[in-house]
Amino acid sequence: MNKKKNNSDGSMNKELRVRPIRHGTVIDHITAGQALNVLKILGISGTTTAVVSVAMNVPSKVMGSKDIVKIEDRELEQEEVDRVSLIAPNATINIIRDFEVIEKYRVDLPEHLEGVMKCDNPNCISNTSEPVISKFTVNKKPVELRCIYCDHVISEGITEHLI
Amino acid sequence: MLRHIISMKDFSRDEIDIILKNTMDFEPRARGQLSSLLSGKVLATLFYEPSTRTRLSFETAMKRLGGEVIDLGPVEKSSVVKGETLADTIRVIGNYADAIVLRHPREGAARMAAEYSNVPIINAGDGAGHHPTQTLLDLYTIMRESSLSNLKIALVGDLKYGRTVHSLAYALSMYHADMTLISPKQLQMPDVIKKDLKKQGASVSETTTIEDVIGDIDVLYVTRIQKERFPDPAEYQKVAGIYRVTEELLKKARDNLIIMHPLPRVDEIDAAVDKTKYARYFEQSFYGVPIRMTLLAMAMGVV
Repeated sequence: MNKKKNNSDGSMNKELRVRPIRHGTVIDHITAGQALNVLKILGISGTTTAVVSVAMNVPSKVMGSKDIVKIEDRELEQEEVDRVSLIAPNATINIIRDFEVIEKYRVDLPEHLEGVMKCDNPNCISNTSEPVISKFTVNKKPVELRCIYCDHVISEGITEHLI
Repeated sequence: MLRHIISMKDFSRDEIDIILKNTMDFEPRARGQLSSLLSGKVLATLFYEPSTRTRLSFETAMKRLGGEVIDLGPVEKSSVVKGETLADTIRVIGNYADAIVLRHPREGAARMAAEYSNVPIINAGDGAGHHPTQTLLDLYTIMRESSLSNLKIALVGDLKYGRTVHSLAYALSMYHADMTLISPKQLQMPDVIKKDLKKQGASVSETTTIEDVIGDIDVLYVTRIQKERFPDPAEYQKVAGIYRVTEELLKKARDNLIIMHPLPRVDEIDAAVDKTKYARYFEQSFYGVPIRMTLLAMAMGVV
């Protein structure tokens, strides 16, 4: 994300909010209000040592408002960020090196999800003390996750099922 | 690669046809013709939930093919009560046996067991999930006693919790069967399954009484409304005994109608129906033996 782009948002306090990062990943165009869930889905918690900036409800011409997450000194792999599309289908990923965007892409739902979501069937083997990681096959339109163990389908309230 | 038998969804129509065809060859052996096809092989049966016919028909199939059977015994006296996980039990038993038949109260148990097992897992029912060997014996019964082509079938009873009908309906959709689902409103087939069936191109309609379709079907597939699957006993009382197949009802039936039931029955088929030409449920339970012979032989790599 460069400064010029931020200016186009026409937002106030842009210095504070959108200061460029030297190296790392910027996740832009996150559905407003979902930034914290994005961190959760990426496994970034309070114990992370990386510098993480979160901007929520930032005015956006295209989206009305949006969230932005910046993670410094860490380049997220496509596979990691694809999960983000579960809750923020329009998110874009910018990989930054030396203040330059060297790679930019949209998130795309993966065909399989492992260990990200919890099956909503209480009687599913994946919700027991058995050594088993939840696994889903993904249908993209509409977004439906089918548990490979019990066949239950999650189609709504996806954030509630994040592990 | 190990061939596990977990869900009907793992089978293509061609594979099912091969299994049904092979089962014809096993039928004489199921009726007592001596065989030593599986001599020297050991089958382990792990039943974490009670079962009579499924367990006994697997044992019969294995023994009539000359093999041996070991079992877990009553769960309450096994290592399960010491807190051993299913994953561990499977890895241990897999070192003793050439294949494992598993029934477990949790959905997806067989799929997980397959991930840990070094021998084939045959799913004999996982909670409200799958029961593929029942489905295959149902298909075999229809093939032997009626016909799988241009089939008009009605599935009656608990279509919500009944795992048998879910698997069967899915398999029948591969044969483009014309299906009528008969159940009280609160026991209708879940939408997600109906959607799957339609995606497969099946013709599916729903009604609440058998009388609506009895004159227009080849197979009447009756299921028990299972008390043990109801979270609320009051809900069970509302629908218990709602369907009853009687001689009176059958007066309107087609001549070639057959009646099937996975058994055990409670009161959904009147005993007087047993002696009519329509009854096929005891033949159906017999066909469990040759079908399971085929599946055991396939799992153990001898056919």
